[in-house]
Amino acid sequence: MSDMMRKSLLFGAMALLIIGEGVFVSWNSALFILNFGLISAILALGVNLQWGFAGLFNVGIMGFVALGGLGVVLASMPPVGEAWSAGGARVIAGLLVGAASVVAAVFTYKRLAGRARILGTIGVLLVGFFVYRGVFDPAVQAIEAVNPAGTGYLGGLGLPVLLAWPIGGVLAAGAAWLVGKTALGLRSDYLAIATLGIAEIIIAVMKNEDWLARGVKNVVGLPRPMPYEIDLQQSERFAGVAQSLGIDPVTASTLYVKLGYSVLFTAVLVLIFAAAQLALHSPWGRMMRAIRDNEVAAEAMGKDVTRRHLQIFVLGSAVCGIAGAMMTTLDGQLTPGSYQPLRYTFLIWVMVIVGGSGNNLGAVLGGFLIFYLYTKVEVWGPDIMAFVTAGMADDNALKIHLIDSAAHMKLLSMGVILLLVLRFSPRGLIPEK
Amino acid sequence: MDFLNGLVALSNFVLIPAIAYGSQLALGALGVTLIYGILRFSNFAHGDTMAFGAMLSVLVTWWLQGMGVNLGPLPTALLALPLAVFGTMVLVLITDRMVYRFYREQKAKPVILVIVSMGVMFILNGLVRFIIGPNDQKFADGERFIISVREFKQMTGLREGLAIKTSQGITVVVAVLCVIALFWFLNRTRTGKSMRAYSDNEDLALLSGINPERVVMYTWLIVAALATIAGTLYGLDKSFKPFVYFMLLLPIFASAILGGLGNPLGAIAGGFIIAFSEVTITYAWKKVLGYWLPESLAPDGLVQLLSTDYKFAVSFVILIAVLLFKPTGIFKGKSV
Repeated sequence: MSDMMRKSLLFGAMALLIIGEGVFVSWNSALFILNFGLISAILALGVNLQWGFAGLFNVGIMGFVALGGLGVVLASMPPVGEAWSAGGARVIAGLLVGAASVVAAVFTYKRLAGRARILGTIGVLLVGFFVYRGVFDPAVQAIEAVNPAGTGYLGGLGLPVLLAWPIGGVLAAGAAWLVGKTALGLRSDYLAIATLGIAEIIIAVMKNEDWLARGVKNVVGLPRPMPYEIDLQQSERFAGVAQSLGIDPVTASTLYVKLGYSVLFTAVLVLIFAAAQLALHSPWGRMMRAIRDNEVAAEAMGKDVTRRHLQIFVLGSAVCGIAGAMMTTLDGQLTPGSYQPLRYTFLIWVMVIVGGSGNNLGAVLGGFLIFYLYTKVEVWGPDIMAFVTAGMADDNALKIHLIDSAAHMKLLSMGVILLLVLRFSPRGLIPEK
Repeated sequence: MDFLNGLVALSNFVLIPAIAYGSQLALGALGVTLIYGILRFSNFAHGDTMAFGAMLSVLVTWWLQGMGVNLGPLPTALLALPLAVFGTMVLVLITDRMVYRFYREQKAKPVILVIVSMGVMFILNGLVRFIIGPNDQKFADGERFIISVREFKQMTGLREGLAIKTSQGITVVVAVLCVIALFWFLNRTRTGKSMRAYSDNEDLALLSGINPERVVMYTWLIVAALATIAGTLYGLDKSFKPFVYFMLLLPIFASAILGGLGNPLGAIAGGFIIAFSEVTITYAWKKVLGYWLPESLAPDGLVQLLSTDYKFAVSFVILIAVLLFKPTGIFKGKSV
């Protein structure tokens, strides 16, 4: 029973922290932490699937999160008819040519031998590349010329935004399949470096391919599953209810929208958590842990280690994609410039390790706790610095510098937390059983 | 004459920048490969160690400039380098003592060490931003050019100009000196030989009485020196910006893996191959081809294979190709 006690205590403490934020700071801020905490928990579950279940080291989480965000734009924005007629078909033809030349290159590589094989493959790739650029570039120019200030991209499918979340997951899963196919089965560091690379490339593509999602011009005004605050404030009924509860309508509308998101996110988290929990305790989960603990033995028992790894790598990345799509929906805009590896990859790792790798509850707790600390350290930093430097004169250059840079403390403190947990409690707050 | 003009344009825009960039990558990759060979993990904190070293160089340079010390035509940063190297050495020895040694004694799996290095990366990154801030810092001084475009045109009478920046010249000279010193150390000294022995076969090395802690300490010292030098040279050549060093991690790892992880010679070759591929693929060839091809064949477009924003894609594609076809790299590194 003490195990149960420990878990309840930890989650109770976490709930108290968030409620405390609501009571002492503001409920808006508390709900902000709750919503991002929910998304972080889902991300941590995805990474825990890969690392905790299978021991796969993925440092490309940022890329999969960003792909999820792209999924929202591609699925839920209305299509730009003019852009489609200007070059939609041609862009797709170009992409098909590109894919076809890769397939042709693989085919050539498999069929030929010796020197002809290398030359042939490179030749096919070169020819394919120039044909691809020939078809693709004019179409891109045509699309980007259509009302560049407002659209200048193809738009999406115009689907309901909730459908965009699974679509984001599918996009991330596709990318993960490509990476996994090449890098799995090699030593563990190689997967790390390959995923690090793919994440940078996904971000580079999203920043530069304006025809796809407007690049750094950002897509704003994404459809949302919740009503707009302005509409709520203008609705008689809502204002009436807010008045009767004694809250001013503007605050009430923001709280209402945030709470709505919390409910939605909680539903997704519960679904994914239940699925992960079932998977962990199924024969499949036992096999995964057996592979993680001793690959050689598992292989000797006839398990196809690389295939299983690929499977779980794709699954975990899909979960990250879903979380990324949710985050973009919450923001209401896609801003490729805002994806930073320290925030979207390495911070998630801190969550998983601190929470307890291999334990789903631990990952959820880690997601909430680390996101809470990450937000709060930024706030506490200047206060702490002001306290530390209280003895110095106000125009002291060192004091000014210290207080100005205090915001950078959050990276430092996350690193310290990670190292301390790894050293003194490597199994995390809620260890694997 | 057209041929010469084309050649000059090619050197100016491709060869010289690529050689300088390649030297910087090679120095970075040497650090990664040495850590890999001796301590047996991929050090994700290497980029930020470079940033830390470069930051020390910037600070010492400012201090020297403030005291009115300079090297005339050469950048003051060269004078600051020894102090910065010393500072970085102290830092890595502290991190080794406080962080890595515990896991070494535990014989932890390499992937745990990678995660630990991630924590160190966070701390260094925060530290650098805390001390010097996240913005661009310029610290190059002295002559800007060895040969400027105008001088070159006057000298040769060619239409195309050639510029060699002082930072590029210094990069190459310093890199060559470093590599010579490193190989002399690894091949000729007792400590260097024990390092190689330890890298080849740990058990055998221990049996023959090599002190592993000593080997590890020397490795960190060398890595600190290489990282600081690489970081400072890169900062002199471009400009110092903390975040850029993290982005350099990918081409550096690609260089080390392409050459064969754990193989110093491979790291150098890998660095240059990656640098040349990046620059040639993202360069717009219109000008050079305009000189070299007959008028009728002269290209209309820019003839740029990939936009410069995709330069990371180049190292990534090379990396993937190596992983697929030759995981041990060109020079047969470790792949276990």
